[in-house]
Amino acid sequence: MANMKRLNTFRRICRTGMLNFVRNAWLAIAAIAIMTVTLTIILFSIVANATFANTIAQINDKIDISVYLNDSITEKQRKDLTERLKKLPNVRDVSYVSKNDALKKYRADNANKQSLLQAISETGNPLPASLSIDPVDPTKIDAIKTFLDNPENKALQDPQAGTSYSGERKVAIDNISHATRILQRVGIAAVLLFAVISVLIIFNTIQMAIFNRRDELTIMRLLGATTWYIRGPFVVESVMHGVISALLSIGFIHAVFVTASSALQASSLGLLDIGYSSTYFKGHFWQLLAMQLLIGVVISAVSSTIATRRYLKFKTSK
Amino acid sequence: MILLDRVTKVYNRKSTALDRISLHVEPKEFVIVVGQSGAGKTTLLRLLTREEKPTSGKIVIGGVDYDKLKDRDIPLLRRKIGVVFQDFKLLPNKTVFENVAFALEIVGMGNREIRHTVPRVLEIVNLKDKENSMPSELSGGERQRVAIARAIVRQPKILIADEPTGNLDPKNAWDVIRVLEKINRYGTTVLLTTHNQDIVNKLKRRVITIEGGRIASDRANSEYKVA
Repeated sequence: MANMKRLNTFRRICRTGMLNFVRNAWLAIAAIAIMTVTLTIILFSIVANATFANTIAQINDKIDISVYLNDSITEKQRKDLTERLKKLPNVRDVSYVSKNDALKKYRADNANKQSLLQAISETGNPLPASLSIDPVDPTKIDAIKTFLDNPENKALQDPQAGTSYSGERKVAIDNISHATRILQRVGIAAVLLFAVISVLIIFNTIQMAIFNRRDELTIMRLLGATTWYIRGPFVVESVMHGVISALLSIGFIHAVFVTASSALQASSLGLLDIGYSSTYFKGHFWQLLAMQLLIGVVISAVSSTIATRRYLKFKTSK
Repeated sequence: MILLDRVTKVYNRKSTALDRISLHVEPKEFVIVVGQSGAGKTTLLRLLTREEKPTSGKIVIGGVDYDKLKDRDIPLLRRKIGVVFQDFKLLPNKTVFENVAFALEIVGMGNREIRHTVPRVLEIVNLKDKENSMPSELSGGERQRVAIARAIVRQPKILIADEPTGNLDPKNAWDVIRVLEKINRYGTTVLLTTHNQDIVNKLKRRVITIEGGRIASDRANSEYKVA
């Protein structure tokens, strides 16, 4: 019996909330708009973060360690070193770049720099042969380093050219990591700022809604309506704003990826793979939707609960 | 049923709305509270419905000691007391039926039971044929009877009527008073405030006169003359 009553009450709170939602649609536009902006920023930050992480992973894949060999070592010594390197746990593969290969690559890389090409041809081939090591995890190359620094192995290497552990790509990774950190900070700051603005606007919307219905609320209170019977519809109404904002933000980002998909696929910012954003968004669509709904509902439910506590006065005056 | 012991209500230092009011109302009594505007009648009723707290003194209604009443229990108290106001306080965008049903929805009654209960109460107040009218389509007396129906639909032990005839012409006023008498016959304690001399004199009930925040007289089968 008591449960039946509670169910009736719950149904009525939801029904009233939805009715008021329809009636106050115009009043809610500001709240929905600002919450949509907030949720879009959150969504954008997550997708951008995933894209950056993906780019770093891709570049990590391409990282190799170049060991420059002493011109005097024999083929046997070289093959022996290669075999021993291959036995290290973090080494996926080792490939050999001969002096000639190195020269060809140098010429190709500097095809339009005549002075450099001239210098090279005048001195014969000063470039050392090298072994290119492909590590499984480029961030954990200490074991390989120790192995290479071993004096026995050190003797086989070119004393002038130091070992290159990542070259240009290391710089790229550092840049992207740096950008990711900045993005995360800016993202968090923007999300916080807009979340606060959203909460304030929800407060304002509820205050207006309470003002519009003050006569009805007075009557409800005099007839013995409980606190939650009065507050509930406001919270339901607000939660619906949250749901709509979540759907709008997902729809907005989706539209961006659908309409701009081909353009995004084609473009790339240096090493950054922007097309991945679209792939990531589509691949995680349901998780992202669920997350947006959750955030939208939590923001609106919490702020409307606080707002109704503040603006509906339940205390009896002394 | 209603017990007030030296109840005082002070709004600010200069004016004392109620000054050590003590009174006792038995179950099923019909009590009329009279007095000039500003005498303290409305303050008295607002204390009974717990819209306000007394500055000092003790109030016990239906066994509930107001000193021990927590804010969150106020709704439960109000469900046991029916209240009727001079300005009706009906919801203008709801029909007569919906206005009365509203009081039942609040307490979680099911729709089927509401559909069964509301017409019977509207019959008591002689408004059965107005179920689907909007308040704006009714006369003042009819609106007040809707408000009474809403106040008694939960079968309260006490009905408080604050100047229910204040805005009505004599015929409509008497329609309302007859309904209150009928409800009292069914066993509900009625507390009525008014300054309508004609009604007080013809009803021949217990009359409590309040002047300047104090009880000036409290007599059974009494009459009332405006000084």
